[in-house]
Amino acid sequence: MADRLRIRFVKLGKVRFTSHRDVARMWERALRRSGLPVASSNGFNPRPLLAFGLALPTGAESLAEYLDVTLVPVEVSRPENPDELGCLAATLSEALPEGIDVVALSRVAGGADSLQQEVTLCSWDLEVRGVTASELARSVERLLDAPSVSVRRERKGRIFDDDLRPAVRSLAVSHHPEESSCGAPTWLRAELTTRPRGVRPRELVEALGADVMLGRARRTQQWIEHGGERWEPLSAGLGLDVAMAAHAWERAS
Amino acid sequence: MRSLWPRVEPLLDGVSKPARYIGGEFGAIASVHGPGQVAWLLVYPDTYEIGLPNQGLQILYELLNERADSVAERAYAPWVDMEAAMRAAGVPLFSLENHLSAADFDVIAFNLSAELVYTNVLNLLDLAGLAVRTADRHSGHPLVLAGGHCTFNPEPLADFVDAFVLGDGEEVVGEITEVVGTWRSGGSEDRGEVLEALASVAGVYVPSLYRVSRADGALAEVVPVSPVAPPRVEKRTVADLAAWPYPKRQLVPLTEVVHDRLNVEVFRGCTRGCRFCQAGMITRPVRERPEHQVQEMIQAGLARTGYDEVALTSLSTADFSSIEETVRAVMSGACGDQPVSVSLPSLRVDAFTVGTATEIARARRTGLTFAPEGGTWRMRRVINKLITEDDLYGAVDAAFANGWRRVKLYFLIGLPTERDEDVLGIAELARRCVEVGRRHHRSPTVVASVGGFVPKAQTPFQWSAQDTVAELARKIHLLKDACRGVRGLTLRWHDPEASAVEGLASRGDRRLGAVIERVWRAGGTFQEWSECFDLAKWEAALDAEGLSFDEVVHRPRAGDEVLAWDHLSAGLHRDFLWSDWQDALSAVAVEDCRWTPCYDCGACTDAGLEHVVASNVAPAGGSQGTGQDLSRGDRVPVRFVSSIGVR
Ligand code: SF4
Repeated sequence: MADRLRIRFVKLGKVRFTSHRDVARMWERALRRSGLPVASSNGFNPRPLLAFGLALPTGAESLAEYLDVTLVPVEVSRPENPDELGCLAATLSEALPEGIDVVALSRVAGGADSLQQEVTLCSWDLEVRGVTASELARSVERLLDAPSVSVRRERKGRIFDDDLRPAVRSLAVSHHPEESSCGAPTWLRAELTTRPRGVRPRELVEALGADVMLGRARRTQQWIEHGGERWEPLSAGLGLDVAMAAHAWERAS
Repeated sequence: MRSLWPRVEPLLDGVSKPARYIGGEFGAIASVHGPGQVAWLLVYPDTYEIGLPNQGLQILYELLNERADSVAERAYAPWVDMEAAMRAAGVPLFSLENHLSAADFDVIAFNLSAELVYTNVLNLLDLAGLAVRTADRHSGHPLVLAGGHCTFNPEPLADFVDAFVLGDGEEVVGEITEVVGTWRSGGSEDRGEVLEALASVAGVYVPSLYRVSRADGALAEVVPVSPVAPPRVEKRTVADLAAWPYPKRQLVPLTEVVHDRLNVEVFRGCTRGCRFCQAGMITRPVRERPEHQVQEMIQAGLARTGYDEVALTSLSTADFSSIEETVRAVMSGACGDQPVSVSLPSLRVDAFTVGTATEIARARRTGLTFAPEGGTWRMRRVINKLITEDDLYGAVDAAFANGWRRVKLYFLIGLPTERDEDVLGIAELARRCVEVGRRHHRSPTVVASVGGFVPKAQTPFQWSAQDTVAELARKIHLLKDACRGVRGLTLRWHDPEASAVEGLASRGDRRLGAVIERVWRAGGTFQEWSECFDLAKWEAALDAEGLSFDEVVHRPRAGDEVLAWDHLSAGLHRDFLWSDWQDALSAVAVEDCRWTPCYDCGACTDAGLEHVVASNVAPAGGSQGTGQDLSRGDRVPVRFVSSIGVR
């Protein structure tokens, strides 16, 4: 039975401008440097078996990115206890670029579903420019009241009109996540479903009005939902406070 | 000096590949600029993806940051969308480490690896907020330097660059740092002072200290107007690569770039003597890195970076004396305990090389590339690329037998003395390679890639005419006809118009500066990118300056003509180059002097240097390494030392 390691990490600061594929390559190199016995795919061009969750749009930050690493199924010694896992987290963070840090790490049962299948909802903090807070509140209300909200998308060279309303579970004007001083930019807090078709933060914000522009976008949580309950694939642990990490970053970058 | 990052960041949401502009690579050094330190901005005038892997730039970056009296940061050419956003927001060219304005540096140094980037050099100076012409800049402005292969004819950029560095940069960057540091600390306002001091550094060419005169429509002479400027500037050569195990901290980018792997230089220089090859001619002699150092660099580099691929780089890696030992060491895990693939960027055309390539490629057996360059044996003797048809078919047979599915062949057209039968010979060779492939596969693929020959300064072909666009197009047409209907054969060709412009920059004199400036002012940047290349801009600029492709590019040079770069030296005697040119015209080949007696080209003899090689035995039976018996001279006429002495 395949033996997996689930890792939660943050993506903050300048490194937010790298793509999902860039992040995958950073992880491949960091894991090789860590010496962890990562399993490889078979075939002509073997790749390490890494499964990332939902792609994060280039430019967005995140407090909750996930990665499942399949380990070589042999009886070699591997991290078991919290101390060893903590040590591994530190080694990996060290090998990763500035702004990408491991905040939790845990073994997962071999049979568990993939991250992509499990996660059905994401929470976002979205910085909005171009409108006042009260205008924004009215636009949000209108959007939530509308039975459908059309968005134009291109797929395989064809134009589609999709309805993004079903993907918006909740949407509200919030304050700046870390400070509530006046004059701070307006922020939205959104919960967006990933199925059947997700919605990108930019699409959502642009649907709020012609002048509304997305500033920073930050994914704050990914959720697994079941029987009316929800939980995160891995809650932040290792004594590392995710909000603290984000705060440190704000000051650094 | 303030970080421009707060002004850069808002631009990045609206541009393609924003990770190009953030820096933060593993290995990057964001130094604090101390007082009294000379701050260098090293600039590669092409996109980040192309420029980041450049080894020359990375070596100097490390050396300058190691010194106590200097710091170095990097910049690359922002792509057109980012440039537009920067200009609209008033953001100047910036460094990637501390996001500082380029104008805050003491020295802006360009790496010139290709001629088509010249308009980008002007654009970057302008984006830095500087006047593009040397004469219009003053003492408060950074000094503008350039190094790299193109500096062996830097005349087209002579009006824009304060000083050029010829040859290896490892030693000279330190000397330049000292000169600039002394000048800066002296508080002098006189830019002429520092330029004179730079001109007295060996290997440094300060074009403003030379007078160019013309007579009867031709170049008459280029002579120094300052007593410190040497009449002929000799290139710098690092005698022993073992003293320079760099880069030690190769940059690992955060985003995709070309050659994204560990690169270890195994030797510098090449004496195979291919007459069209500027890189080979200007980097003599051969200096190998000791085998143990190569292995140490691989081991340390893999552990540090996490790469799973290492490229052994040089102009002809199969000629490295310790190639087998090195490959064996890497493959057997002596350089690290994780599986690694090795790539050889340049293959020799023989079965041994294919065997090695197969052994080291592990699973990625997609395609192998060979470069016979000429379509017939006569043509290949003219260019001194001594590959027989049997060599090629043997190598191709070995490739397909070893499970490779695609073979790529590189050729040049427009070579000196070329006839249509030589051009058609390319199609014939490629067709027969497909047949060889059929012995092993049902549907083998052979790609014949054809480039237009551009004569380069400091090579035996510097006197040759370059084919016109129409003539190259005609030859491509001949090839298209000949390849039509051959299953498994694909023909690719390089745009002849781009070759024409490359020819302008490669052998032009100082008058080309005004042409380059016009093309840049007309918006002609990124000319090496087909989506940006615009021949019409070059034609209009030539017209306006009273110049023509015919004069600069398509005209053969006479033996007694003063060449625009005659006052600069890559170590090669002009009479050696001339006699090699004459040999070429009569299809006479020469040996590789690594393994046979010296024929006194000048590279070693004048500079007190010698080849540094671990083995003086030629590979696979011949000095050209192709299994031929050159000694009897029956199939390959070979000239030996004595006969060259007759001048
Ligand atoms: S000087 Fe002699 S040995 Fe040195 S590169 Fe020239 S021909 Fe070869």
